[in-house]
Amino acid sequence: MKVGSIFRLLALVLLIALLLRPETFAGLFALFAGPRQPPIYNQGSLLELTLNHLAIVGAAILASTLVAVGLGVLVTRPIGAEFLPLSRALAQVGQTFPPVAVLAIAVPVLGFGTAPTFVALFLYGLLPIFENTLAGLTNLPPKVTDAAKGMGMTGWQRLLSVDLPLALPVILAGVRLSTVISLGTATIGSTVAARTLGEVIIAGLLSANTAFVLQGGLIVGLLAVLIHDGFSALERLVLARNGQAGAAAG
Amino acid sequence: MIEIEDVTKIYEGTAVVDRVTLTIQPHTICAVVGTSGSGKTTLVRMINKLVEPSSGAIRIDGVDIAGIPAFQLRRRIGYAIQGLGLFPHRTVGQNIATVPKLLGWNRGRIRDRVEELLDLFGLDPEEFRDRMPHELSGGQQQRVGVARALAAGPNILLMDEPFGALDPLIRAKAQEDLLTIQRRFGTTIMLVTHDMNEAIHLGDTIAVMDKGRLLQAAPPRTIIADPATPFVAELIGTAERPFRLLSLARVSDHAEPGQATGEPIDADRSLRDAYAELLWSGRAAAPVRRNGDIVGRISLDQLARLAARPR
Repeated sequence: MKVGSIFRLLALVLLIALLLRPETFAGLFALFAGPRQPPIYNQGSLLELTLNHLAIVGAAILASTLVAVGLGVLVTRPIGAEFLPLSRALAQVGQTFPPVAVLAIAVPVLGFGTAPTFVALFLYGLLPIFENTLAGLTNLPPKVTDAAKGMGMTGWQRLLSVDLPLALPVILAGVRLSTVISLGTATIGSTVAARTLGEVIIAGLLSANTAFVLQGGLIVGLLAVLIHDGFSALERLVLARNGQAGAAAG
Repeated sequence: MIEIEDVTKIYEGTAVVDRVTLTIQPHTICAVVGTSGSGKTTLVRMINKLVEPSSGAIRIDGVDIAGIPAFQLRRRIGYAIQGLGLFPHRTVGQNIATVPKLLGWNRGRIRDRVEELLDLFGLDPEEFRDRMPHELSGGQQQRVGVARALAAGPNILLMDEPFGALDPLIRAKAQEDLLTIQRRFGTTIMLVTHDMNEAIHLGDTIAVMDKGRLLQAAPPRTIIADPATPFVAELIGTAERPFRLLSLARVSDHAEPGQATGEPIDADRSLRDAYAELLWSGRAAAPVRRNGDIVGRISLDQLARLAARPR
């Protein structure tokens, strides 16, 4: 645990340094750049691209979460039970449809830029969150739900004050999974002119400059590791607070 | 008063509760006993509509519950299951406040009530109000569970194996607490158990169920002395009968005038305890003590008479 914390702190310091003072690493990246190529990305601000990247991912995940949790709640209610297979199929299609194909279809409709990327990430993020919401809401401790019912809580009261709080750690695990996947997938958005860290990687590929590819990849990787850890910590916090610690985390 | 009239519950073609008729008098404890799968839990869950009967009627104080919305009915009826039913993400205080909150009590009233109940169950409010359920011992969780069920002062309390998860010592204490509270509030209690000892100890009436049918509903003395079917007799255990009979009465009820030597026995102990004490100390009789004074004696001869099958 202690070694892990030090490692995380190092990753954070490295990420901040890369974003604020990329020229510090010029010597290192020069090893991967061609003789007359710039070692550090010079077609825009890495910080600005990173913030934009995070904004797109954040917005898409927020939308996925709202829709997926909403669907998950709906199909676990008695009135929505018959939609369970349908909504499961829909979420699965969203996951199996390659993001690149979504981009290709979305561009003619939505134009170039952020919008098609947002749609692709949104669809791609639905399934893990939906599946985890289902798992969380259907594996509640039966004694607890029985007590909630037996004390005269209405369906809504049970959902809001018992079911969702207890399913929260599992739902969070789904959001974590979707976020990490989307952080990587968002780079593809740059093929349709979304301003993400994909720009750095694509610029490197176009000019055969491995240093650019590494920079883009490294930043995305560090973001993913840190955000993953952040979510995991949050899940543990909720589990401990719920007294579910020791129960399997997602 | 709870009146269960000709109630049947059919699951997938099998009657898990089969034409049961049973009346529970107000302010009494009815212990429903049976093996697992006898339908005892289903029967009790029909009282607060967690299970809907397939046919028959249930009336509470003369009103058919079929016409009362389930959530309203449940708020009027206390419901306690094995300690695990506490909300793990809420504090002890919030758990107890559940039903009063649903009923829209104001903050001050809820706060006072939570404090009163914690005091009643021997849990210091300052110490326990803000604890989480997983920080409590099994016995404490169980007490919070019963306190939560009683929070809104219900006339009826349903309990499903409420002491099942407790070790014997804590279990005995919890049973005594329940009796004290029942006498204090006059709550009508319907309690499910598979433990005949518990049923005899707690029940004013014992209802024995097997395969969905109610075999016998009677006071403990009748059940012991005059079991309706071989199954009931088996559940009581033939070798246990005289001792169970002795356990029903207190020394104070049968103390006789006279002298005896040795360590006195307290008047509020059960006859069974007195019998054990006499056998163990090798005496034919022992003095009976009430509030520090010797008020008479209890003898082996007399206990032997009392343990014989009533005629």
